Amino acid sequence: MILNNKKQNKFFNQKLLVHIVLLIGVVVTITPFVWMVLTSLKTVGESTLVPPKILPEVPQWKNYSEVQKTLPFLKFYYNTIVYTVVRTLGQIILCSMAGYAFARIEFPGKKYIFIGLLSVLMIPGQSFLLPQFMIMAKLKLLNTIRALIIPGLFSSFGTFLMRQFFMQIPKEIEEAAILDGCNHFHIFKNIMLPLVRPGIIALAITCILDSWNQLMWPLIVNTNINKMTLSAGIASLSGQHFTNYPVMMAGAVLAIWPMIVVFIIFQKQFIQGLAFTGSKG
Amino acid sequence: MDSQAVNIKNSKSKKKISNRRKNDIKWAYILILPTVLGITIFYVGAFFQNLFYSFTDMGAFGKWSWIGIDNYKRLIFDPEVRQTLINTLKYTIFSVPCTIIVAIVVAALLNSKIKGIGIYRTLFFLPAVTMPAAIAMVWKWLYNGQFGLVNSLLAKIGINGPAWIADPRFALPAIVVVSVWMSIGFNMVILLAGLQGIPQSYYEAASIDGATPIQQFFKITIPLLSPTIFFISIMALIKAFQTFDLIYLMIGKSSVAMDKTRTIVYLFYKYAFEWYEKGYAAAIAVLIFIIIMIVTIIQLRLQKKWVHYE
Repeated sequence: MILNNKKQNKFFNQKLLVHIVLLIGVVVTITPFVWMVLTSLKTVGESTLVPPKILPEVPQWKNYSEVQKTLPFLKFYYNTIVYTVVRTLGQIILCSMAGYAFARIEFPGKKYIFIGLLSVLMIPGQSFLLPQFMIMAKLKLLNTIRALIIPGLFSSFGTFLMRQFFMQIPKEIEEAAILDGCNHFHIFKNIMLPLVRPGIIALAITCILDSWNQLMWPLIVNTNINKMTLSAGIASLSGQHFTNYPVMMAGAVLAIWPMIVVFIIFQKQFIQGLAFTGSKG
Repeated sequence: MDSQAVNIKNSKSKKKISNRRKNDIKWAYILILPTVLGITIFYVGAFFQNLFYSFTDMGAFGKWSWIGIDNYKRLIFDPEVRQTLINTLKYTIFSVPCTIIVAIVVAALLNSKIKGIGIYRTLFFLPAVTMPAAIAMVWKWLYNGQFGLVNSLLAKIGINGPAWIADPRFALPAIVVVSVWMSIGFNMVILLAGLQGIPQSYYEAASIDGATPIQQFFKITIPLLSPTIFFISIMALIKAFQTFDLIYLMIGKSSVAMDKTRTIVYLFYKYAFEWYEKGYAAAIAVLIFIIIMIVTIIQLRLQKKWVHYE
């Protein structure tokens, strides 16, 4: 009896220890978020108290209207959403088309074209940036949402990812459809695409996160404040000699909440999707 | 195509197959065309165009003349290039192992059978979905020398904190902390997926033989997880080497800490889009490419030594 009790105790202590370590981790992880929100509701005076006061006396909601007077947030939202949605839809369509062909059809030159695509994955992004910018400038697309979207529509990573998913589908499914006389486009659209849903979700999540949070490309192509994304827009806020931290924090909150809400709603898909890209990519 | 030479009996069905095959090939090309075209123009073509720029003196308005390897000569003797490479290296050496180790610990803890795993996982993942521009902003505020939360917490235990990102000695480590903080979530998720692939029976067997949890961790978890650890290490290394966002956002352009924190990618950005010395910037991009290539090849060689594939 005593032995059993001891064992249980040890077991219990171990679990408690795990919880304590994890809780410390959680505190470190979320404190910046909490502090961001709290600061955004303080007056400048309150935010610079030493030692700091945790809660504001009266929540200063006006910081949120203040930051929208400083920067055109509605335009930022519009630009970011259009950029994210169009680019993601485009990538899903183009990458699954190409991924399907590479996975399921034999054609001359396939091996070489595929190796060519893969080698792009090894090259760091800076090597493409200048020419991509020059192409956009030549097409007179700078300071448009199209400039944000176009180069990012094509993804060798996405093509590779979708190919991996298409390869898992058993050959019989396709053969049955071919015997029924379906053409490849029909097989692709009506039979294969529904089967690779997890792949599409994984690709969509990677692309959405990247588009929403990306900094350098939006920063380069769209320098007009009305054409900026949220990311580049609030970067300009911290770039200015702006020391009104409550207003800056309000801007940060405005920039991150949509993605956090989307994440909390679709967290299962997010975590599974990214785990997929990790194991397949 | 090969059906012509076949005997007459089979010719009809062969011809049908051949038509089918021609049709397949046509569809394959149609399906890959947009992606192949886009990748060719914006990636493969862009890569070679960048290589070409690196041999020119291209400036702001796209005018250029061929200057051979002058940009590369300049690169070798440029003290700024050397300094930024050192900074990048320091940043990588500190941030990658820290990220991986912390992520492994968190993932291993989350893999144990305790309550509330879902909530923990969600919270740890939060930084991974947060925009770096906002992360940089809030950390800048936390690190503020006078009013920042970090220093007021340190003051409580009697430490007079430095100005962190405004101090050349502390700026780089301070940014490494932020980068570790924001990369744990993503790495943790991938490691967790790897952990869940390890059969529970291994642990049970080890338990019966009297192995402690720590021994199990080092003798079972780490070896079986090594392919995943290898994968995330390569990804983290390549990402760390290309750090730009945090430095650009957290260190003021005229800050005294800039010299000790500016990374090689930041230097590329500066020449390409602030100073409009596009030819020289292109040469820096080529240098980054070469270094990443070398690092990747070395890692792939090392992989054989310690990665344990089942």
